[in-house]
Amino acid sequence: MTSGPSQAPATGAPVVDGETAKRRGWGWLLLVPGMLYLAVFFVFPTIQLFFTSLYDPSGSFERGYAMTWQFGNYLDAVRDTWNLFVRSFAYAGIATVVCLVLGYPLAYAIAFKSGRWKNFMLVLVIAPFFTSFLLRTLAWRTILSDQGPVTSFLQTIGMLPDDGRLLATPVAVIAGLIYNFMPFMTLPLYASLDKVDYRLVEAAGDLYSSPFTGFRKVTFPLSLPGVVSGTLLTFIPACGDYINAELLGTPKQYMVGNRIQSAFLTEHNYPLAASLSLILMLVVVLMVFVYVRRAGTEDLL
Amino acid sequence: MATTAAPERASADPGRALPSRRPLGRWLSDHLVLIVGILVLLYIFVPIGYIFALSFNQPSGRSATATFDAFTWSNWTSICEPEGLCDSLKLSFGVSITATVLATLLGTLMAFALVRHSFRGRASANLLIFLPMATPEVVMGSSLLAMFVSVGFDSVLGFITIVIAHVLFCLSFVVVTVKARLAGMDSRLEQAAMDLYANEWQTFRLVTLPLAMPGIVAAAMLSFSLSFDDFIVTNFTSGQSVTFPLYVYGSKLKEFPAQLFVVGTLMFLVSFVFVIAGEIWRRRRARH
Repeated sequence: MTSGPSQAPATGAPVVDGETAKRRGWGWLLLVPGMLYLAVFFVFPTIQLFFTSLYDPSGSFERGYAMTWQFGNYLDAVRDTWNLFVRSFAYAGIATVVCLVLGYPLAYAIAFKSGRWKNFMLVLVIAPFFTSFLLRTLAWRTILSDQGPVTSFLQTIGMLPDDGRLLATPVAVIAGLIYNFMPFMTLPLYASLDKVDYRLVEAAGDLYSSPFTGFRKVTFPLSLPGVVSGTLLTFIPACGDYINAELLGTPKQYMVGNRIQSAFLTEHNYPLAASLSLILMLVVVLMVFVYVRRAGTEDLL
Repeated sequence: MATTAAPERASADPGRALPSRRPLGRWLSDHLVLIVGILVLLYIFVPIGYIFALSFNQPSGRSATATFDAFTWSNWTSICEPEGLCDSLKLSFGVSITATVLATLLGTLMAFALVRHSFRGRASANLLIFLPMATPEVVMGSSLLAMFVSVGFDSVLGFITIVIAHVLFCLSFVVVTVKARLAGMDSRLEQAAMDLYANEWQTFRLVTLPLAMPGIVAAAMLSFSLSFDDFIVTNFTSGQSVTFPLYVYGSKLKEFPAQLFVVGTLMFLVSFVFVIAGEIWRRRRARH
């Protein structure tokens, strides 16, 4: 648990060492109820999922499954669905980058440029997301539909051929992901940027750095914890999402989440669904760890 | 960073260095970020505008279609008319409130333990709390369903199992949110209270808890919105019960009542009013 320079109070007061302020004793008991909860409803089901993934796939929901330690299930799963994995990570990756590009100026504007409208703008960012995301995604389906305003506009200015469409394309699915996970990017970014001491940015200006250099060397590095947690909070749910692909795309745009959901709830092919779930979870956790390591923000975990 | 604070002074005007630029160009570059930010904000509101408009739509067929056919107030006066809609809202409120209370309670305790107390195994505790956040929702939902079925819970799939699942995915968010607030708190305020002969409980009630409150409230609000809007995990753990998101999803497959747009608009307006009222209350209190 190292604490980066961004966490030191900027008030000029002497820093109280975080470790000395902590008390030893029975305080850890406060953790027990929550930890038990996680053990029973998270660790145990995950272990069980692992066993499920090794059942004999020739069993069925009605006849039950035999445990045959079928590690081949994983090979089968990867062979049949690797393209879904690639597509999921590509869609989620693109959506995360676009969210960052759109969310950063918004968070920056709220933190530094909004003046006394700061809280109001923050409310405007959050409030739309209290409306059911299914309703919002269905609204996008209408907006992006073939007769909808966006398609006609793009056709008029010639960016889309006359028979071109937006709905049922990767563009629509990614746009849906971008829209739905926007607040998960904007809010951590804002939280980080709001903590940045603006006097440091001014100091950079006083030392003859251009606004851009000042941003690159001062503001952006200080907002890095927000960038890392924002990208994670966007990327992780986007990888496993299947609603956007289902409502805005066709089976050609389906992601791995669609496959897991249908294997579990429609086909009742539990071994396949379990092995797909575990592969997805493992890949996501690995990516998260590598990313957090590289960004040097381990204390985020 | 233990140096003395730089003296306060007027903020440097970034445009000052380049006086030769035309006023319009300069105004644009000064406000570029703000303009982009407002454009992104407008984009966020596009579907809300759609939902708002369609809530006044009198659809010509049985299903509320994409086109605006005729203006009517009737959707707003007959919210409960579509079968099961209000039952699903009731269930959703019940689930979200229960899950929010439980997750906020458990999560706040954990955050206090992690920030305020040192003990062995803290790193593993942090990891275990982080893992549910790194687990895609389909995985969480499917593993919970598999467990509920295997321990014979399949007959009680419904309110209880949905709440169990929602507490699980809200918990980590609560811990992270409250932890951030506690970590930014000045522990010398509590030391000062103790120096002034407050006992542990008084210090906690009169100093620590009020200081931690904004974090706890933010965590509860986050939990509520995550829980109320959840579809994926709920779809796995709900059995025959229908929460509002499940109702919307079910309606998409058959006829789509226009009242759903009314509920969507109301949810937006109510949350908006709530947050604004909270903000006004906060400002009033700050002035006294």
